[in-house]
Order: sequence, then C-alpha cells, then structure tokens
Amino acid sequence: MKRIFFIAAGLVAVLSIAAPRAEAALNIIATTSDLAALVTEVGGDKVTVEALARGYQDPHFVEAKPSFVLKLNKADLLVAVGRELEIGWLPPLITQSRNAKIQPGADGYFDASLTARILEIPSGQITRAMGDVHPLGNPHYWLDPENGRLIVKALQAKLAQKDPANASYYAQRAADFDRRLGEAQQRWKATFAPYKGIKVVTYHRSWANFADAFGIEVIGYVEPKPGIPPTPQHTLDVIQAMRAQQVKLIIVEPYFDLKTPNSIASQTGAKVLVLPPSVGGIPQASDYLKLFETQISMLVDAIKSTGAK
Amino acid sequence: MFQHVLARSVSSVAAVCCLFPGSVWAQTAQPAQAAQSQAELREELQKLRAEFDSIRDTYGARLAALEARLAQQPGEPAPAPGVAPVPAMPAVPETPAPPAAPAAAGQAAQAPAPATAVPAGAAGAGGPQGTLPVYGNASAMSKIFNPDIAVIGNFTGAVGTNDVEPRPALQLDEAELSFQAVVDPYARADFFLAATPDGLDVEEGFLTFSSLPGGLLMKVGKLKAQFGKANTLHSHAMPWVDQPLVVKNLLGGDEGFNDAGISVSKLIPNSFLFLEATGEIYQGQNELFTSHERSNLAYVGRLRGYRDVSEAANLDVGTSIAYGHNAVGEDFTTRVIGVDATVRYRPLRRAIYRRFIGRTELMWSRQGQEAGDINTFGMYASGEYQFARRWFAGARYDWSERAYDSSLRDQGPSALITYWPSEFSQIRGQYRRTSYAEGSTANELLFQFLFSIGAHGAHTF
Repeated sequence: MKRIFFIAAGLVAVLSIAAPRAEAALNIIATTSDLAALVTEVGGDKVTVEALARGYQDPHFVEAKPSFVLKLNKADLLVAVGRELEIGWLPPLITQSRNAKIQPGADGYFDASLTARILEIPSGQITRAMGDVHPLGNPHYWLDPENGRLIVKALQAKLAQKDPANASYYAQRAADFDRRLGEAQQRWKATFAPYKGIKVVTYHRSWANFADAFGIEVIGYVEPKPGIPPTPQHTLDVIQAMRAQQVKLIIVEPYFDLKTPNSIASQTGAKVLVLPPSVGGIPQASDYLKLFETQISMLVDAIKSTGAK
Repeated sequence: MFQHVLARSVSSVAAVCCLFPGSVWAQTAQPAQAAQSQAELREELQKLRAEFDSIRDTYGARLAALEARLAQQPGEPAPAPGVAPVPAMPAVPETPAPPAAPAAAGQAAQAPAPATAVPAGAAGAGGPQGTLPVYGNASAMSKIFNPDIAVIGNFTGAVGTNDVEPRPALQLDEAELSFQAVVDPYARADFFLAATPDGLDVEEGFLTFSSLPGGLLMKVGKLKAQFGKANTLHSHAMPWVDQPLVVKNLLGGDEGFNDAGISVSKLIPNSFLFLEATGEIYQGQNELFTSHERSNLAYVGRLRGYRDVSEAANLDVGTSIAYGHNAVGEDFTTRVIGVDATVRYRPLRRAIYRRFIGRTELMWSRQGQEAGDINTFGMYASGEYQFARRWFAGARYDWSERAYDSSLRDQGPSALITYWPSEFSQIRGQYRRTSYAEGSTANELLFQFLFSIGAHGAHTF
C-alpha cells in the first residue's frame, strides 16, 4: 500500500518536470470583461487576454470554478477590479493557481482600482447592518470613462514593465485609446446634454460613477440596502419618492429579477431599463467605448419613450 | 481645542492692531524728521502688514485643517457652510494612503490611491458616504497586518425521538474562529478553531505554500483530509445540519478525518479537463486511524477531475483512498476507498436566484480485525435546489453499514429547507428519518442557525 503512494508521488514528480512552456505573448487574465476590454485596448495583438466573469453576470457572485484555476495557473498578469468586489471568489482561486507571479503583492497582480477615482468610500464606523457594504468604496468604478483613461495609463506602464520590447507599441495604443476616448466623451456628453440632471432609480448601487460622469441623479435604489433583496416597505417608499420627484426611469442590471422593478414601474408609470453595466452584457457592448455608446443610446431612447423632458 | 485656537488667533490679531495707532501718533508728533521717519514708518508698516498677513494665513490654514479633521470624525455633523471661509487646503491625508488591502501592498507603493473628496453623487438608501478615511494614523497601522478574523456561530436544535444518537434539544454546536493572512511572499496561513461543547479544538491550522516550483501546492499543519467532498467541508459550509451517516460510520465520526499532516497537490496539465492529484501523509492518530508507533502513519490520495459542460453546468468527479493502522492493534489496518461525483447547474444571468447541486459519495471500507477483514459499504446522495434568492430546498438519502460489522446497517432520508436572510446568516430545517441497525427508527426535526461576523470569507465551491 505504501509503495502505491510512493509510485504515485514519483509519477506526479515526473509530470511536473515535463512540459516546459513556450515563451509567447503575455498571457493576461482579467476578472471582469471590462478590464479585459481595457487590456485589449493597450495590449492589442501582443497579449492574449481572457475574462473570468461574463458581462451579464453579477461580478459579486462568480463561482470559484476549477477551470478558472487552470486559467490563472498559466497567467503572467492578473488584472483585478479590487475594492473587495471579488472577495467571495478570487482569493481561493489565486491560492490554488500555484502561480507565484499573480499572488497578491507580486509583480503580476494588478489592482485596477489603485489608480481609479473611487466613490462612496465609507467614513467612520460601518457595520453589516448597512447590508453588504464595500468598506473600500464603490467597486463599479469602471463605469466612468475618466477611470477607463486612468486604468489604461496604469496598464500601459504595467505592460511596458512586463514586456519592455513592446513598450512603444503599448504607449502608442494607449495614446490612441486616449484620443478616441476623448472624442467619444465629447460625443456622449453632447448626446446626453439635454437630459443632464435626470432623476432615476437603480436596482443596486452599480451606477454611482456612471451617474457622476454623465450628470444623472440617482434618487433611490430598489434594494433597501446593498445586497439585500427588496422588501415591501422599502418598495412603497421608493414608489412614493418616485411619484414625489416625477422619476420615470428604473435602471436594472441584467442579472436582477425584474418582478419588483416592474411592479414599481406599473405603480409610477415609469419605464424599466435593463442596462448592461459591463462589456459583453449585451452583444452590442463589445468593447469599452461601445459599452458607453450602447448605454447612452439605450438611456436616451428610454428617456424619450417616457416622455420626460 | 477649536475654541482655544480661535481665542489665540483673535488675541494675536488684536495685538498687531494695537501697534498701528501708536505708529500713526509718532508720525504726527515730530514733523521735523518727517521725510526720513515717514520712509522708515512706511517700511515698518509694510513689515507689520506682511507679519499680520502671514499670521492670518497660518491660522487660516490651521483652522481649515482642524475643520477638515472635525468633519472626518465619525458621527459628527459636517461644519455648517459659511461659518468660516475655507482656504484652498483640502483634507489631504498627511501620509500617502496605504494600500486598499494589505494584500495589495506591493502595488500601492508605486501607485498610492488618489485622495479624492467624494462628490455628492448618488445619495440615498442608507449607504455610507463621505471623504476618504485618513489612513496611516497609529491605530490603523497597528491593524494592518492583523489576520482576517471571523467568527461563525452554528446553533442547532432537535425535536422528535432518537434513541441511538440523541442530539441535545438546543445547543451552540460550534463557534468557529478563523484567522487568515498572508505569512510572507511565499506562503499564507489559515487557522480554524472550533469551540464546541466538548472544548476548544484546532479544527484546521495550516500553512499553504502557494508558489512552489513545479506547480505544486503544499499545505502543512492540521488539515481536513482531502477524502471525498463531505469530509473537506467545515460544518457551516455543509448543505445539511448533520453529517451524512457514511461519514460517521466509515470515516471516523462526526468531525470526520482531520489530523496533523502534509498535503501536496499537483495539477496534471492536459487540454481536456482540470485534473488534480493530491497526496497526503498524516500522523495517523484521529477518529479513523490509530498510530501505535511513530512509523504508523496514515496516507491519503485523491484524484479529482473537473470539466465545464457549459458556462452554467459542470461536472466534478473524484476518487480517494485512505490507509492507516486502526485501533485493533499494530498489525491491523483500515483502508477506505471513495468515489464522489457532483453536478452543478447555475445559469450565469440568474446566478443569484437559481442553482442546483447534486452530489453522491460512495465509500468502501476494509477494516482489519482479529477475526479477519470486515468489508463494508456506505453512500449518500443529495440534491439542493435554489428556487428563490433566499430559499433552498434539499433532500438526502443515506445508506451505510458500520465499519466494524457489515451486518449492521443504518439508512434513512432527509428533507431540508434553508433560508438566507443575507449572505452572512442562514436558517435551516431538516426532517430526518433514520432506521438504525439497532432496530429503532428515529423521527427528528433538526434546525440550525448559522451566522457569521467579521471578515467576508470566500464561498466554498
């Protein structure tokens, strides 16, 4: 019996020596599709990039599947949203990845939130009586194009450091992205200008940065507290607030149940808009710029259809 | 503090003002030296003005800084607008903001988080708001390397009859304390202490080397043996109130098989599936095995395969073996072989509302005894379905012989319902009907309250 164990151990040892990996393009894993899209903007065809969570999936509740372990095992760089967005699933994946390069604090662990502008960082005492609050601030920060700009800049520096041979390529792509983003931002601002200051209700607190960037006023949430499902009393409060303030739009992320938003809408004459918060949330939102393009056009269509303004 | 500074600033301003009438008087009293003294006086006046301005600026800045600090005190209202003009001196932390999490320490050194004031943005719904916390003060530094700490309470109750294994009507079955942190660039440590009615026990306490050469993952310490699935789960992560009968009968009791040992696992690279081989060596002294001398070690081996069937469904299968000396004597050994299979279904778009997990484990035990080897078998099959955001329904069927006598057999079904008020608490009821080998049948309703405080743990998969 003992012999079987030693034979098995020997076999594993032999397998571990075999299969040397070929040096190729930087292999990058991003936790979300948005970060993967930003990596693609900088890395172009000099990197391979893959996202773990899909754009139509709630990024708080991704499963720590062993297939993700395989992906992380071979990664040169892990790009994470941070701010505890992935706390329920990423830490065990990193531990099991057996990859020294991407351990937190290592050179290949890139927390995109460190250069972004973060909203709603709690000050003072916080408790879970407030729901599933993020103690390090709102992690949905990629929904401000300015943050996309900052993240791309930081990614460019990181890629240049990991792959100095292509540094000028990355710099050129980042500059190109910066220019295209600048143009697009002017276009979006112009398109949305007539609706600036519009009041909306959202399901989860996913839209703080988006609202800040485009001048939307979020007056309430379908969730009574972050991560807590709707309650009848809170729903009544939301209906009253919406009536009092003439709010005609409810924005819902694609992974939430539409029952409560629909019932609020029927009571207030508002429209429910399922808006993708991430790249790939719907097929049209296929890259970072197209995400905002899609969101702005969906929002404008929805606002027009409610007849507000 | 604030008032004191205000008083000081007022008195110095008054003192400066007193000088002016004096100078003016001197100027009018001696017209003879007018030209010379006028120039001198003007110079003096300029000096005093400059001095006054600098005092005003200094105190203004100090006042602003104090106001900014006051505004950051928890529970204190923000200073009323218009009380005092705040000069261009935002509430900038005195030291660079430390990393978002200790784990990210390496990066933060190059890119400290920008200290931006939070704009009004989306207010409402009781969420926290305000300016960035000022990191870097003494109390925050003392906490920064503390491990993540959590306590999970597991309160259970039972009604009904059970003559064979009676559970108390009410008890705090377990309070599990977990301490988890990165040790150094090479390893992390995890401690799980279980305070039960029997006392305080180290359920697990181990060091994980996550960056060994050759893609190995090594754990050393007290571990739950990687035998099957149910044995590796902490009691709060199980989808049932109780352990399946087969774990009790063939794997050594309620607590399962945990022992001091070394575990090494390795991914076997291939393009078809996730394949992981694990080899473990244990001291051999636990509820399943008995070490009569130092060389009586226990061994565990496991091979696990996993494959995504689609983005929503996956299949997880494994086979395990455990071998060691048993309590009968030094020449007697026990060997357990297990096979487990799990199917999971969780549609990504509805991941927080729907999921299904089906699982079965089969175990074959061969226990050496004076009269010869006893071969026994046991299994369970279980399913859990989430039918609403907070509701899960489940069922389990148990069938197991007892390791020491293949003619003794326990079996029975369970039905479960679980409610999650939030991610941090669960309430569960389990109806269990067990036919014991002794001939008695137990009809019980078990219930359980699970609650977690402290660090947000990762979800088990």
